[in-house]
Amino acid sequence: MAETRLTYDYVTRTIARTLGTPSRGYFMLLGAAVALLAIGIITLVLLIRYGLGLAGYSHPVYWAVYITCFVFWVGIAHSGTLISAILFLFRSGWRTAVYRTAEAMTVFAVMTAGLFPLIHIGRQWYFYWLIPYPNERGLWPNFKSPLIWDEFAIGTYFTVSTVFLIMGLIPDIAAVRDLATGWRKKLYAITALGWTGANEQWRHYTRGYLYLAALATPLVLSVHSVVSWDFAMAIVPGWHATLFAPYFVAGAIYSGCGMVITLLTPIRKLFQLEEIITVHHFENLAKLCLLTGSIVSFSYLTENFVAWFSGNPAERAAFWYRAFGPYWWASWTMNICNGLLPWLLWSKKVRTNITALFVISIFVNIGMWFERYVIIVVSLAGEPYTTWTNAVYNPTWADWGVMAGSFGWFFMWFLLFVKNFPAVAISEVKEVLAPPKRQKARAGVQHT
Amino acid sequence: MTTHVRLPLPKPLREIFHPPPTPGVLGVFPHLDTTLDAIKKLRAAGHTDFTVYSPIPRHEIEDALGQSVSPVRMFTLIGGIAGCAIGAWLTLWMSYDWPIVLGGKPVGSVPPYVVIMFEMTILFGALSTILGILFNAAFAARRVGTIQYDPRFTNDRFGIFVPATADKAGRIETLLREAGAEEVRRG
Repeated sequence: MAETRLTYDYVTRTIARTLGTPSRGYFMLLGAAVALLAIGIITLVLLIRYGLGLAGYSHPVYWAVYITCFVFWVGIAHSGTLISAILFLFRSGWRTAVYRTAEAMTVFAVMTAGLFPLIHIGRQWYFYWLIPYPNERGLWPNFKSPLIWDEFAIGTYFTVSTVFLIMGLIPDIAAVRDLATGWRKKLYAITALGWTGANEQWRHYTRGYLYLAALATPLVLSVHSVVSWDFAMAIVPGWHATLFAPYFVAGAIYSGCGMVITLLTPIRKLFQLEEIITVHHFENLAKLCLLTGSIVSFSYLTENFVAWFSGNPAERAAFWYRAFGPYWWASWTMNICNGLLPWLLWSKKVRTNITALFVISIFVNIGMWFERYVIIVVSLAGEPYTTWTNAVYNPTWADWGVMAGSFGWFFMWFLLFVKNFPAVAISEVKEVLAPPKRQKARAGVQHT
Repeated sequence: MTTHVRLPLPKPLREIFHPPPTPGVLGVFPHLDTTLDAIKKLRAAGHTDFTVYSPIPRHEIEDALGQSVSPVRMFTLIGGIAGCAIGAWLTLWMSYDWPIVLGGKPVGSVPPYVVIMFEMTILFGALSTILGILFNAAFAARRVGTIQYDPRFTNDRFGIFVPATADKAGRIETLLREAGAEEVRRG
């Protein structure tokens, strides 16, 4: 990427242009998202009216599609923080063009994920029982339970990633404020919090941003570890493994990078950001996918090896059931999408072909959804302790309806965000460009 | 010329939030190196309380200004330690407040509580960092909002505002022009 065209002014105007009057394509996408959300809301109303029996729960599968979706969406969130915080600490210049999209994706994915435990508990209006609050019974939550750890982890993650996103937005909102007119100018004047780019502001801002990134980095690793402990702390064969924390974190980043590619491809086209989000960025995302996908594949092998090597009949039976039981199709979808597909990314031709990457990213999403389905549902369904009471589990329309609604909810927020706030970090993209100088030492872009 | 939307406020609030403008000279610079030149010349001439605007943070500007490290880090540290302590207090006190033996483990067993303490460290550390940025950027930079600003400073121009009375403004104007300002105006 050596375009000399990329000046500060070009960057500001190109990104600010994305906030203009929406096109028909945008409204069609937004309409589709809202329609999906409506399906979800109707399903949820029916679930509240008639109870969780509408979903496919049957003994011993009482954690099913809703928990699968919960883990799926939390996982999606993770690569956003990886790109915005971890790569920030690594001083990786390419992140600047894609991190805002990824960070927004994080916030909305956590917002989506947070709905599922509430849907899953059935009586949403008692959700506050999870929170430690003084009550007339004098009872407190059980802090030895991974479910409470999860609540703290997800709550912290949502709060921190939201403030991190807003913090990063402030200088960019100020930049679009100074170009905008009408009601948008008023909106941005308020949300920019009086940002002018004065040295006293940058001085505290850059320092604070560094510490936020340094705090978000261990946080992101902890959150999916805690989510994995929801399973690993239980004694269900297929769940009870020390491998789970790193395995889940790698899977989360793999799925999240897939989702970033899925989201960036249409945004880049729709908003004509080809000059700013280049093939180079997609290639780097693909490399991240390749790395984390390989860790995931390795974890699959380890999991199966340990099940065999342990000599534990329950563990062996669980993994045999996974691969060759009635849910074989789910396991093999997972193995092919997460185990084999990333190998295509070894080829530079594939990594630099955006259409190919888009298609692969969709399969990454599908594969990672099935991974959670296999871990959660199939492990429970194959649970060998009470086989005489086991029924066959099949998701119903109530499961799929809520899941469709979650996609609608996520895409609705995401689409509203990219049209109202800069979807690419204006000031950070400028940071990796060579600054304007009177003595032109080197023209072009500083490579980072 | 200010671009802030001024919302009508009642009189005592207006005094606090919309104080009268500070008189001085504003220079607009198209280049980073000319801005740095001007900063050096201003410091050599004995000016200390001027404001530099830039569309992006640059270490060169920080170095030229000789800024000390932001005190935000103390906010992060104190917030983090407080969060960790709150996490420990929350889990241990609540366990002993209604002691129930679960899974044959001690009532207050620290290893699982480390997870809560960790998350609370991050939560409080991050929130107090935000407070630190807001507090320092809003209150420490008292003059921001009363001094001249140009909307190009968030796009592709650098700026320097030097507070000065009318008798000294002329000399500063010449200094900024000589350093390479493309535009200089009084406010």
